[in-house]
Amino acid sequence: MPEARGATLEVDNVTLAFGGLKVLRGVSFAAQAGSVTALIGPNGAGKTSMFNCISGFYRPSAGTVRLDGQDISRVKASSRAALGMARSFQNIALFRGMTVLDNIKLGRHAHLRTNLLQGLLHLGPAAREEEALRAEIERKIIDFLEIDHIRNKPVAMLSYGLQKRVELARALAMQPRILLLDEPVAGMNREETEDMARFILDVKDEWGVTILMVEHDMGLVMDISDHVAVLNFGAKIAEGRPEEVQNDPHVAEAYLGSGDPAALMRRLHAEESAA
Amino acid sequence: MSDDLLFFTEVTLAGLGSGALLALTALSFVLIYKATRVINLAVGETLMLGGYLFLAFAAGMGLPVWAALPLAIAGGGVLGAIVERGLIRPMLGKSPISVFMVTVGLGSVLVGLVEMLWGTDPRTLPGFIANTPVFIGEAYVSRKIVVAFIAAALVIGVFLALFRFWRGGVALRATASDQAAAYSCGINVPGVFSIAWIIGCATAAGTGVLLGAIGGISPSMGIFGLSALVVVIVGGLDSILGALIGGLGLGLIQAWTGSYLGGEYQSVVTFGLLIVTLVIRPYGLFGTHEIERL
Amino acid sequence: MIIGTAKETYRADEALLTTRPQQVWMAVLLAGLAVLPFTFNAYWTYLACLVLINVIAATGLNVLTGFTGLVSLGHAAFMAIGAYTVAWLERDIGTPLLLNLLAGGLLAAGIGVIVGLPSLRVKGLYLAIATIAASFILHFVFVEWTAVTGGSAGISLQPGTVFGVALVDYTQLYWLIMPICVLMVTGAANLFRNRIGRAFIAIRDRDISAEVLGIPILRYKLMSFALASFYAGVAGGLWAYFFRVVTPESFPLLTSIFLLAAVIVGGMGTILGGVIGALFMTLVPELLRFGVELLGPVIPNAGLILSPVRTIVFGALIVGFLVFEPQGLTEIVQRIRRFFRLWPFRT
Ligand SMILES: Nc1ncnc2c1ncn2[C@@H]1O[C@H](COP(=O)(O)OP(=O)(O)OP(=O)(O)O)[C@@H](O)[C@H]1O
Ligand SMILES: [Mg+2]
Repeated sequence: MPEARGATLEVDNVTLAFGGLKVLRGVSFAAQAGSVTALIGPNGAGKTSMFNCISGFYRPSAGTVRLDGQDISRVKASSRAALGMARSFQNIALFRGMTVLDNIKLGRHAHLRTNLLQGLLHLGPAAREEEALRAEIERKIIDFLEIDHIRNKPVAMLSYGLQKRVELARALAMQPRILLLDEPVAGMNREETEDMARFILDVKDEWGVTILMVEHDMGLVMDISDHVAVLNFGAKIAEGRPEEVQNDPHVAEAYLGSGDPAALMRRLHAEESAA
Repeated sequence: MSDDLLFFTEVTLAGLGSGALLALTALSFVLIYKATRVINLAVGETLMLGGYLFLAFAAGMGLPVWAALPLAIAGGGVLGAIVERGLIRPMLGKSPISVFMVTVGLGSVLVGLVEMLWGTDPRTLPGFIANTPVFIGEAYVSRKIVVAFIAAALVIGVFLALFRFWRGGVALRATASDQAAAYSCGINVPGVFSIAWIIGCATAAGTGVLLGAIGGISPSMGIFGLSALVVVIVGGLDSILGALIGGLGLGLIQAWTGSYLGGEYQSVVTFGLLIVTLVIRPYGLFGTHEIERL
Repeated sequence: MIIGTAKETYRADEALLTTRPQQVWMAVLLAGLAVLPFTFNAYWTYLACLVLINVIAATGLNVLTGFTGLVSLGHAAFMAIGAYTVAWLERDIGTPLLLNLLAGGLLAAGIGVIVGLPSLRVKGLYLAIATIAASFILHFVFVEWTAVTGGSAGISLQPGTVFGVALVDYTQLYWLIMPICVLMVTGAANLFRNRIGRAFIAIRDRDISAEVLGIPILRYKLMSFALASFYAGVAGGLWAYFFRVVTPESFPLLTSIFLLAAVIVGGMGTILGGVIGALFMTLVPELLRFGVELLGPVIPNAGLILSPVRTIVFGALIVGFLVFEPQGLTEIVQRIRRFFRLWPFRT
């Protein structure tokens, strides 16, 4: 159902500091509509901070974030959802007291219209809206992500991998045009990682959503991304197609402290087979 | 000295006296909060219990003051130990609000017990401080207030020294700044919890005796704890300095409003101050700000 | 289990009462409420009214504290606002009763929004303490604004009238209070079937990430404050018609603690919890009175110890539930239910 076309995201010269600590130093990159862009870099490079700037949780001290050419730097975090921006979190941020279904429904919040009075009465419009939402979630999201067996379980009971999947489901319920995924496969086993990779590609192809992801799993990054940007100590050090970045000596140096791309690949493979 | 100025000085001195008691009570809050991250709203009721214990030992059993006072303080300490072991430790890891409400419930239990044993009528403590006033320059101050001020100042001084130099004080500071790290340094963290509650409640009980000596005791005197709560919120829950400055400050402000605007304004001014502080500096004037991350 | 097919409608699944036993119990409850004043004497009807008023206030507080995670220890002040509004309108204006109740609720909601404003910056305990402070400031207003509130003496009311019927005895009052209570509790329950209630829970569970999910946190916090205060205001208005005198001491800090205790004891964050909690906490003092009366012949001056015993039990219930049964009475009810479902076969 490619009804919503993907949005283009442009980050321009974004700078962020906490006290004296410069977390982002004039970073610029773009995520093209309908593509998968990966943001990589060593621990503490500023990737999550960049996501927080994009989703409006942090206010950058300089620079702009543009969605389809429109400057959204001043838009409140809560209003960015209505513009079609959705994200998942590095440390899963599900609502543990709620069921999977309620978590997913929550994602739609910004697109629903029920007001307080209608909510108290729950007649007519409010009830219809809820029913339509439920039906759509069942049809488009629960089936798609293969989570129908857990829909009424409280999320606190689920495995880590399933929780990540529910987070993706909730993000999809936000009717995103761009999806920010912060380490979508961290802590997952091989099989779960492959499932997630498939879902991400399906979301891109079938829903036409632009995807920007932070990921440490280089295998996944190389496999599914169209474009890669590399951060190190808050600055962008490389950008390009996956294979370009892979062979960039700066990138290898950032990861290893040496300029040998082959060493990087060896280490990455070693990590992967250890996992 | 003109009459106006004299009056102002007298009011100010009285304010400093009650401010010292507020500071002492606030210290009890801070001590317990620093170690266990619990706001003990039963401090006010512990204070009241201290007053009644003193009454029981001094008037009921006819013990001399020098015996009754330590016994009352020890009674507070025992209460602290029981509460910490029996109620607070099982609540470890629960939401701060739940633990806070436990102390609210505890306060109610203490009020009920005191009412059951001693009735609801206010009582006066057997006088152990002479009634002759003290003159500081021309200004008149009640001797009780002077004694309370000096006692409070002494106790606070001892606390500050202990906190700095005594091993237990260092352990307490370590626990306050990082519980896990304190554990791994071999500090007996549960022990620190107990000690903090014992000392905190003992302090409150002692303050209750001083307060009772000045104004008598009644089951509802725990309300004083609310003023001390305002002090710690304004000063910063984890700041000893904040408790001292906040206590003296609030004592002064209450005395001034009481004398110049009228007693009915005291609570508005006190709580207005609280709200203003919360809105401007949610973590108090000297408290540490905790940041949240995604 | 429902299989997710496109044609399926989910109306049954999204209903308020999803299982047959739930529906049966609800029917029994409503029938009970309908026949109560015919089967019990005036004293029990009086108690029922009191319970229902407390149920309204506690349900409001439950929305704020149990569902939105904003602890208020000043809830009684909003009851006071409702009560004063009603009393003032009755005394000086003479508007119809139902309108007065609505006005009381709305004014309380308005003030609630103002009191809720610090929640933009302060959380948890700090917010609870700010609400205590606000309630003391309101108390000051009640005492000092003599022209409207009658100062320390307060305001006395004539019996209210609805549709030409004067509400004089408890049965008549019951027929005013009970339907309003049922309506308001149903409303609160409805809220958690749609986006409003979900947003409240999201704010409770994870304040900061809710914002990124498109929930304007401040607006919903204030909405929750307004709603809770509205409930308290209406409860206070009913209280005014019930006791027919409102003074600054009618709603002390203890009432705020009582309401929060009701929510805790009943079970935070379930509508049933607020209801059972208010019922239980209102009835316990009465049960204690019976107990003390029974002991009268055995213990000398038993009458004197009633009040302290109530105070002790009140505190002990708060402590006991928080330490040993933090999910409250609802959890105990669930356990009993599970036990009986399996009962003859397994235990
Ligand atoms: N709210 C904050 N206050 C102070 N420093 C912060 C804050 N948020 C992030 N930082 C600092 O910014 C730097 C970048 O952190 P960030 O979380 O963006 O890294 P990251 O690239 O996502 O790392 P990882 O791969 O480990 O997730 C770190 O040094 C971190 O300590
Ligand atoms: Mg990160």
